Amino acid sequence: MNAQNASNGASSNPAASRETTEGTVYTVTGGDWDEIVRSAAKADDERIVVNMGPQHPSTHGVLRLILEIDGETVTEARCGIGYLHTGIEKNLEFRNWTQGTTFVTRMDYLTPFFNETAYCLGVEKLLGITDQIPDRATVIRVLLMELNRLSSHLVCIATGGMELGATTIMIYGFRDRELILDIFELITGLRMNHAFVRPGGLAQDLPPGAVDQLRDFLKTMKKNLPEYDKLATGNPIFKARMQDVGYLDLTGCMALGATGPILRSAGLPHDLRKSDPYCGYETYEFDVPTTESCDSYGRFLIRLEEMRQSLRIVEQCLERLEPGPVMVADKKIAWPAQLAMGPDGLGNSLDHIKNIMGTSMEALIHHFKLVTEGFRVPAGQAYAAVESPKGELGVHVVSDGGTRPYRVHFRDPSFTNLQAMAAMCEGGQVADVIVAVASIDPVMGGVDR
Amino acid sequence: MSDASETSPATDGNGNGNNVPAPRGSAGGPEVIGVRKGMFGARNGGDTSGYGGLVRTVAMPGESHRPYGSYFDEVVDELEGALEEQDLLPENAIEKVVVDRGELTLHIAREHLVRVAKTLRDDPALRFELCTGVSGVHFPEDRSRELHAVYHLRSITHGRVVRLEVTAPDADPHVPSLVSVYPTNDWHEREAYDFFGLVFDGHPALTRIMMPDDWQGFPQRKDYPLGGIPIEYKGAQIPAPDQRRSYS
Repeated sequence: MNAQNASNGASSNPAASRETTEGTVYTVTGGDWDEIVRSAAKADDERIVVNMGPQHPSTHGVLRLILEIDGETVTEARCGIGYLHTGIEKNLEFRNWTQGTTFVTRMDYLTPFFNETAYCLGVEKLLGITDQIPDRATVIRVLLMELNRLSSHLVCIATGGMELGATTIMIYGFRDRELILDIFELITGLRMNHAFVRPGGLAQDLPPGAVDQLRDFLKTMKKNLPEYDKLATGNPIFKARMQDVGYLDLTGCMALGATGPILRSAGLPHDLRKSDPYCGYETYEFDVPTTESCDSYGRFLIRLEEMRQSLRIVEQCLERLEPGPVMVADKKIAWPAQLAMGPDGLGNSLDHIKNIMGTSMEALIHHFKLVTEGFRVPAGQAYAAVESPKGELGVHVVSDGGTRPYRVHFRDPSFTNLQAMAAMCEGGQVADVIVAVASIDPVMGGVDR
Repeated sequence: MSDASETSPATDGNGNGNNVPAPRGSAGGPEVIGVRKGMFGARNGGDTSGYGGLVRTVAMPGESHRPYGSYFDEVVDELEGALEEQDLLPENAIEKVVVDRGELTLHIAREHLVRVAKTLRDDPALRFELCTGVSGVHFPEDRSRELHAVYHLRSITHGRVVRLEVTAPDADPHVPSLVSVYPTNDWHEREAYDFFGLVFDGHPALTRIMMPDDWQGFPQRKDYPLGGIPIEYKGAQIPAPDQRRSYS
């Protein structure tokens, strides 16, 4: 009886409301959507503004979508961002150049190796040591980046599927991503936030067993990748939800600066790995997939194909791995010793410690200065860009000749691409907003930095 | 503000006076943008290290001379030609050309920025279709050109990159907006405004994008501290981390 009364009460007042200068504001938490719509319909104003987020599972982190809807149609869409702003760019100015990698890896947390490599390429350009980076370090950077591209695309496809209700594809995606994170953990010690790529090379060489695990992974992945095709590519429900949704043609892409799969889904094969190669990408064989469909489905197909191409590149990397150093020879930049796991489980090099503590005062001073103060970078500015899974990841680094960055600015592709949300969603259905945003693949850590 | 920008030693070294842009190809050395004293960055309290007397000038790469090398000569020639066709003297628009570390930087007078960007985008021989946003840089010691706005333009057609640099004094932090030429700069300019206080004239809705709407100050300026700012959000006050209650 009480419950009946309560529900009667709820139907007359489904959501708490209050009057503001802008009209009636309903705060909705749970409840029946129909009742809210009915109640809002009582108001003279036809226009409903829905705040989706910042906490909503399908907004990829703390993204707030402000949708003005008329029935089921979105008439206007805007983004509210900044909820995950952490001041990384400001913080970088208070740490030395090497410590910077620890910060930048946390920006777009799904693509840590791209952030690190882009930053390091910029610093190396400032130092003028781009040509001196050992081949092995460059090959391992490419290897890690391509694995990272796989893991990022897997998350995009997995969460994008989940938002459509396709939970199987979510399980598949995270299953395969876990294999890649295991490799990352083996190589860098961490699943995310690696700080493994350093100005001048890498923090460490590959550990024993890494190549074997990579070969195993390639075998497994070649078996697993076609499953996505079988499950989703031809699936009529999947296609019905994705095709012609989130439409953005080439003109829109160019105007809004959209890069990555969004631009390639409009038919332009622009990929920095081909058009402005770095890390020796011009010597690898791979294709840049495009579609002409300009929609979410096209972007899904492109991501799927890019994963296949990434596997090809990883294979080529494994063939090219030659023994050698992974850090520049310049002792004024490279940290003095390759760390090894000591018997105490901590990373250090006993030979090096013996040398600096027992025999060479100068080596001790040099070590201390290099690690605490860091190296100096000649004054000037540089721009380095890499093709991250989301598009052009550009880094503008400015040095004043000191041991700390004067200014580092990241042009994160998620940030730029998210601007296209309004163009993709306005005029469409509310349910399609989710699909369109998922096809942009924004990561708020990168958007807000 | 081409007047203000000419106070740098790089361009007034030829006796032309401060108000006349230096002719192209003049002797320009590195451009001093600041002086650092001491060694360890300690500004308050005595420096007991013995290095307190060190003085280091901070000099950015100065003006370059032809030939610039690579595709840079072609880009500059084409841009100058295209500007002349529009009855704009290139010397008035392009303050300085710097080639450094294999990158081309064009220092543009801010009043001509939009015209230059539009030319770079539309001229068939230039075709810089993609703007990768704007990066603000604050040089508090670079007198009357404290705020720099740096744009990177990419030409997909020709596979080229060019950097535009515009400066504005702190007292008049206005730069024309490029949103009309590159709509992608919408959020980028809001970000530069949010963090540096650069006002982009002509932007459709220049509001804060990362910080709360009612935030005071511009956090990425050099005179803004890293921490210790009491957090204010919609009237609520949260003390700085070092002034919060502790239970130790």
